[in-house]
Amino acid sequence: MASSGPAPIVSLRGVGKVFGNGLRALDGLDLDVREGEFLSLLGPSGCGKSTALRIIAGLSEPSQGTVTWRDGADARRGIGFVFQEPTLMPWTTVFGNVFLPLKLAGADRAAAAPRIMETLSRVGLTDFAEAYPRELSGGMRMRVSIARALVTAPRILLMDEPFAALDEITRFKLNDDLVSLWRELRMTVVFVTHSGFESVFLSSRIVVMTPRPGRVSNELVIDTPNRDAKFRTSAEYAGYCRVTSEALHAAMGAGAAA
Amino acid sequence: MNERVLRIVAPACVLALGVVLWDFIVRINSIPPYILPSPGLVLSTLVADWPILWSSLLATLETTIEGLALAVVGGIGLAMLFNQSRLIEHSLYPYAVILQVTPVVAVAPLLLIYLPQQAAVLACAWIVAFFPVLANTTLGLNSVDHNLADLFRLYGASRRQVLWELKLPAALPQMLAGIRIAGGLSLIGAVVAEIAAGSAGAGSGLAYRIAESGYRLNIPRMFAALLLLSFAGIAIFALLSWLTHFALRRWHESALTRES
Ligand SMILES: Nc1ncnc2c1ncn2[C@@H]1O[C@H](COP(=O)(O)OP(=O)(O)O)[C@@H](O)[C@H]1O
Ligand SMILES: [Mg+2]
Repeated sequence: MASSGPAPIVSLRGVGKVFGNGLRALDGLDLDVREGEFLSLLGPSGCGKSTALRIIAGLSEPSQGTVTWRDGADARRGIGFVFQEPTLMPWTTVFGNVFLPLKLAGADRAAAAPRIMETLSRVGLTDFAEAYPRELSGGMRMRVSIARALVTAPRILLMDEPFAALDEITRFKLNDDLVSLWRELRMTVVFVTHSGFESVFLSSRIVVMTPRPGRVSNELVIDTPNRDAKFRTSAEYAGYCRVTSEALHAAMGAGAAA
Repeated sequence: MNERVLRIVAPACVLALGVVLWDFIVRINSIPPYILPSPGLVLSTLVADWPILWSSLLATLETTIEGLALAVVGGIGLAMLFNQSRLIEHSLYPYAVILQVTPVVAVAPLLLIYLPQQAAVLACAWIVAFFPVLANTTLGLNSVDHNLADLFRLYGASRRQVLWELKLPAALPQMLAGIRIAGGLSLIGAVVAEIAAGSAGAGSGLAYRIAESGYRLNIPRMFAALLLLSFAGIAIFALLSWLTHFALRRWHESALTRES
């Protein structure tokens, strides 16, 4: 996977993960995350995508191999994480939830307010700052979760199948918005999904993983300037989807049993 | 009929029916008041003996509220301590359980020997009331969403922040459920201790009045005092239920009224 260009923000080399119950989730995973890219980890469920993401985030330690950050271990401070569920605190408002990362860093509520409101407007929730999570729809809760991850202006945003539980219309809308956020904020995103279509629409690069144990099977670069609603119905998109789907099938065959 | 109206009217009808039946049985069989007083006599006793019953009620309520307050402080404090240290939890939890499973009726006479009466009564109320607060709060503190806990870790939250910003708010519903149970139990503890102390004499609470009236065969006053005790229990439960609802009304499922 030697490729030219700037040094990756974070590199995984030979990363393996064996859980306490003896289950080997990852084995010899090599992965580079490059500055500014939208990288998707694509694979069938149970192939270790979440495990890989948690290892990158430092929420889980690898059993073998190394995780190297270009800017030293402190770079972990610049991570934003979005889980599959919105994972909001039900006892506080949308504002309170988005304030959390700043609060934990010792910020003052009043001083943080402009930044929070700006982030909320980015995800289209300006009018819902004082609403409680249970008053919101699933899609809106996920927007709050994204706003919470963005409010610290992270260097790298890790997302673990954030839209898997949403209906198709909401998912498309959030996909569109995520692409424009990625463009505007020039962030680096690592996005976990089991949907080839979603990964093609969003990503600049797709890494396809084999199941049990998880490792990289294949890599695709999606090089297109026009990522908008029209792209979704274009022949170009269909072409990429076919290639991705073939790569996914090849990966499933390569793994022991899916 | 409207659901809300039904919830008030139905039990009220049962009550009215019960009272009428009670009165009817007393009249038909001409049961003397020292065996079973009629509802009317109980009510007129309640009015006639009001000064003495009222001051007794206040005494019992004072013990109950103090016992509950100590149970809340002790139960939550201990649960927080257990949550911070496994060693302390393993060392002390069995004794909390023993305190809970030993019938307080059996402990009360001993406490009355070693402690001044008021302190002994309060101790009984506390003993029965603190365990549900402890057990529920412990459960709440331990059932925090794993992803939220990971999020706090990711943002480098301190132990104190995890406790105050995550675990305690997450535990609030269970904590309040424990306190609601503790309210009723605190009254029971106070009553048990007063009854146990009854023969020793210096008491002034409602349960003491019941015991005293029993010795004097003043059955109507026993009923009147019992009625007041029930009302006290209902009032405590209603107050704590309202408090729970008020605290959780914005966010918790239990406080949600769904339209179907
Ligand atoms: N904490 C854990 N303990 C034991 N096994 C786990 C744990 N987390 C995940 N696994 C197992 O590791 C494998 C990979 O899981 P995961 O990374 O969640 O897959 P994915 O996100 O691709 O669906 C699965 O078989 C899963 O059951
Ligand atoms: Mg997963």
